[in-house]
Amino acid sequence: MHVPDGFLDAPTSVATGVVAVAAVGVALRKARTELDDRTAPMAGLVAAFVFAAQMINFPVGAGTSGHLLGGALAAVLVGPWTAVLCISVVLIVQALFMADGGITALGTNITLMAVVGVAVGWLVFVALRAVLPKRLGSVPPAAAIGALLSVPAAAAVFTLLFAIGGQAPVETGKVLTAMVGWHVVIGVGEAVVTALVVGAVVAARPDLVYGARPLLAARTLEIRKAVA
Amino acid sequence: MRSRTFFVAGLLLALLVAGVASYYASSHPDGLEYVAGKTGFLDSAEDSPTADSPLADYQTEGVDNERVSGGLAGVVGVLLVLGLAGGLAWGVRRRGSAEHDQDEQKDEAIH
Repeated sequence: MHVPDGFLDAPTSVATGVVAVAAVGVALRKARTELDDRTAPMAGLVAAFVFAAQMINFPVGAGTSGHLLGGALAAVLVGPWTAVLCISVVLIVQALFMADGGITALGTNITLMAVVGVAVGWLVFVALRAVLPKRLGSVPPAAAIGALLSVPAAAAVFTLLFAIGGQAPVETGKVLTAMVGWHVVIGVGEAVVTALVVGAVVAARPDLVYGARPLLAARTLEIRKAVA
Repeated sequence: MRSRTFFVAGLLLALLVAGVASYYASSHPDGLEYVAGKTGFLDSAEDSPTADSPLADYQTEGVDNERVSGGLAGVVGVLLVLGLAGGLAWGVRRRGSAEHDQDEQKDEAIH
């Protein structure tokens, strides 16, 4: 979903640039509450893993492919504000060094993948965590559904931006149907990868999973009660 | 699993994915590129100003072997992202986690 330069006009690119700078600015303040000596290295590792995973395009049929966006994955593992920073770093390195995603489109890409992807993934995860059974086993499926929905959400927001500032005269409805349709399929891949990775970390080190902390606290209380 | 073991295992996995597995990734256009081609706005794309970068398109300039060229670009990218994101997170973190120190002491007392 890396938007190249040229798809969107200058005013739209400036606007998404402002959104991206504001979001990263807020995230820099708020991430402090999520990060300590133990979790800061985890943030570096999660960003590195998302970069690596984004190199793996998987085929989704009809000569199309997709790759992990990683917003939901990062939000569940290190917290939503830290996730905004992690995905932004990945996108900046890709744009500056790999020519993956444009330079004037960097704000657009941060808005789509680091803001919309993280926000939708995290909010869906939190909503599901509230209704699912209060145990660690609920974390990977909740993360997967958040991941699944985050991809078409980002695709829909791209279409909105294209309707406002697209540089080619193409009917918005056609773009919306195709973008959301294909990105639901890519979202299934996103969900599978997210469930596997979150499941592995929950199994190995549940204390390092930000989204599992409320459940871990509940579990500790239960054990103490049983001992007493 | 100890934190160090976990971290090293995670980093090794990322390096393997970017350095080795990436060679086998699908080369089909991604969802956005495909839709842009189908609906007719792909031509409005412009080359990135960084298209001449030594790691552009995940290929290392001057390395002819495609497998090595792509793998090297992936490994450099992973380490670059690890350093930047890890450094940023380390910079903004809460200093002195007294709460966790107590937890760890409790854990040690139990074991």
